[in-house]
Amino acid sequence: MSPWDPTVARLTWHSVLGRRRALVLLLLPVALLALCALARALAALEGGDAEVSDALAVDLLAGFGLGVLMPLLGLIAGTGVIGPEIDEGSIVYLLTKPIDRFTIVLTKLGVAVAVVLLLGVLPVAASGLVLTGELDLVTAGFTVGALSGGLAYCALFLLLAVVTRHAVVVGLIYALVWESVVGQFVPGVQNLSAQQWSLATVVGVFGDDAERLELSAAVGPATGWVLLVVVAVGSTVYAGLRLRRLRLGAEV
Amino acid sequence: MTTVRIHETSRWFGNVVAVNDVTMEIGPGVTGLLGPNGAGKSTLINLMSGFLAPSSGTVELDGRAVWGDEQVYRRLGLVPEREELYDGLTGWTFVLANARLHRLPDPAAAARRSLETVEMVDAQDRPIRTYSKGMRQRVKMASALVHDPEVLLLDEPFNGMDPRQRLHMMELLTTLGDQGRTILFSSHILEEVEQVATRIEVMVAGRHAASGDFREIRRLMTQRPHQYRIRSADDRRLAAAVMAEPCVSAVELVTGRDGTTAVVVQATDFSAFVHALPVLASTQGIRLHEVLPTDESLESVFGYLVAR
Repeated sequence: MSPWDPTVARLTWHSVLGRRRALVLLLLPVALLALCALARALAALEGGDAEVSDALAVDLLAGFGLGVLMPLLGLIAGTGVIGPEIDEGSIVYLLTKPIDRFTIVLTKLGVAVAVVLLLGVLPVAASGLVLTGELDLVTAGFTVGALSGGLAYCALFLLLAVVTRHAVVVGLIYALVWESVVGQFVPGVQNLSAQQWSLATVVGVFGDDAERLELSAAVGPATGWVLLVVVAVGSTVYAGLRLRRLRLGAEV
Repeated sequence: MTTVRIHETSRWFGNVVAVNDVTMEIGPGVTGLLGPNGAGKSTLINLMSGFLAPSSGTVELDGRAVWGDEQVYRRLGLVPEREELYDGLTGWTFVLANARLHRLPDPAAAARRSLETVEMVDAQDRPIRTYSKGMRQRVKMASALVHDPEVLLLDEPFNGMDPRQRLHMMELLTTLGDQGRTILFSSHILEEVEQVATRIEVMVAGRHAASGDFREIRRLMTQRPHQYRIRSADDRRLAAAVMAEPCVSAVELVTGRDGTTAVVVQATDFSAFVHALPVLASTQGIRLHEVLPTDESLESVFGYLVAR
């Protein structure tokens, strides 16, 4: 089995970027970069120093970068690579081919990850540079966090799109209600949050500086990595199995 | 000789039985799958194309189970009923992508040949979103034919086509059938099936109602009892006269809510009755005001087949 099919990739890329949701994909990183540029401009106005404090950089990158940008981008890219094709029925043109279903899932996941790299991980790294003015620990840590979280979100939301036709709604509830709202009031919930797991990888990169930078996560770095890998691999395998048994044309 | 074999197959969705204990065999040539809307035709095609698992029974292509085996698509092509394609692509790009997905040795040549077969070469460089319904249908057909399959399944292929496109599609299906391929297409329109299929399978309410040579089933359909409602200048005298006709099996004199009467006639021979009635009315000197067939819907035709 080949893990990649260039034709599936081309069709997927075309269907993800050929839709109106592509605009939303662009809006999110632009908003992060604009926010960071504004923070730096305000810091320059206030203190004469062009750089913002590490604490503010961490707040912005953790709150907006890992807390809003990556889950939403993962949701749009992860569901967008396969959900619309399943809803419309055009997936039939992929499924009536002698291609292993895991090849289809892995290729589509690859496209989703490429989108997240381009419009999520790179903007997070660029935002770190804008805020701190250099490629320091903060920028490196959050780039790793965005990458690890983005991978897990893509795999998780791709699976959701294969499993349910309401993937976007379920994903939004997970990303915005479960992770952000419920997680704030029920501490145990944070253990089941990909956002916290990706934050844990950032804490891991920060090492001893995490305390100085006032960054903490609900789980330890090793646990965070393990959980992210388990979710990414588990979701991908299960999505492949479900795609093998995808039922089309349930109407009589 | 490629054969799709369905054996004692049922498929249900919750409490709804879409396909009920169907056994049929589809061999080379053009077979029409006929039945009213909701009869289970699409479900049956989805079962045959490996997109639905049978709840019970088996669906096989030359003895190999279709469900869960993607290698079956090397030999099988499907033209789905749904319209959605990759609308931003051109017809050429779409068919070429299908050829590449089949990993054909020369995908460009296969795509060219397939588009030529469906006569879409002139429009191949236009985006699919600009295509008419008939053109979409032909591009779908090209994508299904690109790997030269032995079996072609088409779900309502004539939907939305104008008469010229319909004629072209019919010629194409006939040619493909003559080449020895196994072609099955579904339709709820009797005339479409009549013009293309050499053999038909009739589905009604999820059940396999009839199977065989078209002419035999057509005879059953045309010779079923037909019911007419007739209003005339003298209904009682007309009823008595009509009852004497050998092609009539029952006559009833009915009174409507508004007090008007009518004669309801059940004729066993459609052709004989429609010829006899005007002659009879003329010789009896009874003026006919209205003659209405009351059971001409396709459902009633199919219902009759099931009852037999």
